[in-house]
Amino acid sequence: MDPILETKDLCCTYSIGTPFEHVALDHVNFKAYPGEYLGIIGHTGSGKSTLIQHLNGLLKPTGGQVLLHGKDIWADSKTTRQTRFKVGLVFQYPEYQLFEETVYQDIAFGPKNMKLNKDEIDRRVHQAAYFVGLTDDILDKSPFELSGGQKRRAAIAGVIAMEPEVLILDEPTAGLDPQGREAILGNIQSFHDARNATIIIVSHSMEDMARLADRIVVINDGKIPLEGTPRQVFAQGDRLRDMGLNTPQLTQVFHRLREMGLPVDGSVYTMEEAKAALLALYREGGQEC
Amino acid sequence: MLKDITLGQYFPGDSLVHRLDPRTKLICVVLYIVALFTAKGFIAYGLVFLMLATAVKVSGVGAKALLRGMRPVLFILIFTGILNLFYTTTGTVLVKVGFLQITTGGLSNAFFMVVRIMMLISGTFLMTYTTSPISLTDGLEMLLNPLKKLKVPVHDLAMMMSIALRFIPTLIEETDKIMSAQKARGADFESGSVIDKAKAMVPLMVPLFVSAFRRADELATAMECRCYHGGEGCTRLHQLHYQRCDWLVMGLFGVLVAAMFVLRRVAPF
Repeated sequence: MDPILETKDLCCTYSIGTPFEHVALDHVNFKAYPGEYLGIIGHTGSGKSTLIQHLNGLLKPTGGQVLLHGKDIWADSKTTRQTRFKVGLVFQYPEYQLFEETVYQDIAFGPKNMKLNKDEIDRRVHQAAYFVGLTDDILDKSPFELSGGQKRRAAIAGVIAMEPEVLILDEPTAGLDPQGREAILGNIQSFHDARNATIIIVSHSMEDMARLADRIVVINDGKIPLEGTPRQVFAQGDRLRDMGLNTPQLTQVFHRLREMGLPVDGSVYTMEEAKAALLALYREGGQEC
Repeated sequence: MLKDITLGQYFPGDSLVHRLDPRTKLICVVLYIVALFTAKGFIAYGLVFLMLATAVKVSGVGAKALLRGMRPVLFILIFTGILNLFYTTTGTVLVKVGFLQITTGGLSNAFFMVVRIMMLISGTFLMTYTTSPISLTDGLEMLLNPLKKLKVPVHDLAMMMSIALRFIPTLIEETDKIMSAQKARGADFESGSVIDKAKAMVPLMVPLFVSAFRRADELATAMECRCYHGGEGCTRLHQLHYQRCDWLVMGLFGVLVAAMFVLRRVAPF
C-alpha cells in the first residue's frame, strides 16, 4: 500500500546562523498509511512537534520533502494551503485558539476559509460537533463560557469540520481528568471509524498508545530509531528507557516476571493478553504441583 | 517573521562587556548617545565608531546579529536618508531634476544622519544583547534611587519594566503558536487587501489578549504567594558593586564625550 503522507530525508534546523542554531530533524523518513491509527512517542524536545508541523506545511523543510499522495506539498503555494485542509492539525492545548463569539462560528472558521457554501458549512459544523459530543445548545454559547474539557472538544471540532483525510493531534488529552481523556479519545476513535481517516496522535501515555495505535513511531534526537507495531516497539523496553521513554505498566510487570524466572512473554501489552498469559501459567503450574 | 524582532533579547556570554556592572553600561550608553549627537565631521564620527566597534569586538556579539536588529527600522533609515538628501539646500548643487536637487550638503547630511541612527541603534542594542533584562532593570532602579525622595515609585516602575521585558519573548512565542494554529485552520495572514489583513488579525488578537490577561493573573497570584508586597524592606540576591574596570570604562566614555566637544571647536569637518 502506498503511504498517504510521507517525508523523504526531511531536515529542519532552527535559527540558522545565530548562536541558537539547533538541528531539530535529521533526515527523517516518516510514513503514514491510509486509514491507520499511528502513534508518535518521544520525550520533550525530541522533534515530535517540529515533525507534525512539517506534515501540513506550517513549517518549510530546510532539506528534504513532504509528500501527500506522492506529491510534494511545497510544489506551489496553492498546494501548500490546500494541504492544510487535507491534513488537519490540532495543536497542544488547542482551546487557546478559540476566538469567535459563539462555538458555532468558531467551528465554522476552518470550513469558511475553505470557501464552502453556507449549507455545507452548517452540515459540517453540526457533524463535527456530533463527533466530539457537543450538543446544539452549546453551539450558541461563547467559547469562553465552556469548561476546560468542552473547550478542548470545540477546538478539535474546529479541525474535524474541515473533514481532513489525515488528522494529527498533539497530545490531545494533556491536562484533562481521566473522564475527559477517555471522552476525547473515544471521539477521535469514532471519527477514525466513521471516516476511515488516518489518525496521527502524539502522546506521552504508553497505555493509550498500546491500546489504540496500529503502529508506533519513536522519535529521538530528531531521528526515528524505532517503529513498528506496539508489540515490536514495546519489546524494546531497554532501548526505550535509554531514550527517556518507557513501556506500558503492564509490559513492565511482565518484564519483571520474566526477570524473576517465570516463562512469560516480555512483550505483553494488553489486559486480555495478560489475562491469557497468566491463566496459562497458572494452569501449567497447577498441573505440575 | 516574528523571530526577527530582537528587541530586548539577551545573548548570554562571558565577555568583559557582559561582566560590566549594568549601571556602568547604562551610564555609558547615555554618554555614548551624547557623544553621538555632539559629534561633527569625519574624525569625530570615526572616533565614536571606533569605540562602538571595539565594544562589539570585545562583547563577542556578531556584527551580523546587530545588523539584523536594524531590519525593523530600515524604513525609517531610508526615509531619513531621502529626506535629508533632497531637502538640504546648503553646499553646491550636484544634480538637479525638476524641483528635486542634490547638493553636497544634502549628501553629507544624509550620510551622517543615517550613520548616526545606525550607530545609535547598534549601541543600545549592544547593551540589551549583553545585559540580561533582570540586571538591566536592577541597574536602572539603583540609578534612579535618588528619585525615591521625590516619592517616585522607582521600585514599582522597575518591577513593571522587568516584567514587561520578561514577557516579550513569551508573548512572541505565544503569537507564533496561535498563528500556526489558525493557519492550520486555513487562516491567511499574508495576502489580501489592508482591510482583509486587519480582519485576519482578529483570530490572532482575541486569543492573545485572553492569554495575556490569564498570564498576568497567574503571575500576580504567584507573586502574592511568595509574599511580594512592593519594594519596602526588599533586599536583593545580587548586590551590585562597581569594579575597577567599571570606572575605567566610564572614564573612557567620559573622555569620548569631552573629545567630541573639543573636536566641534577644533575640526568641525
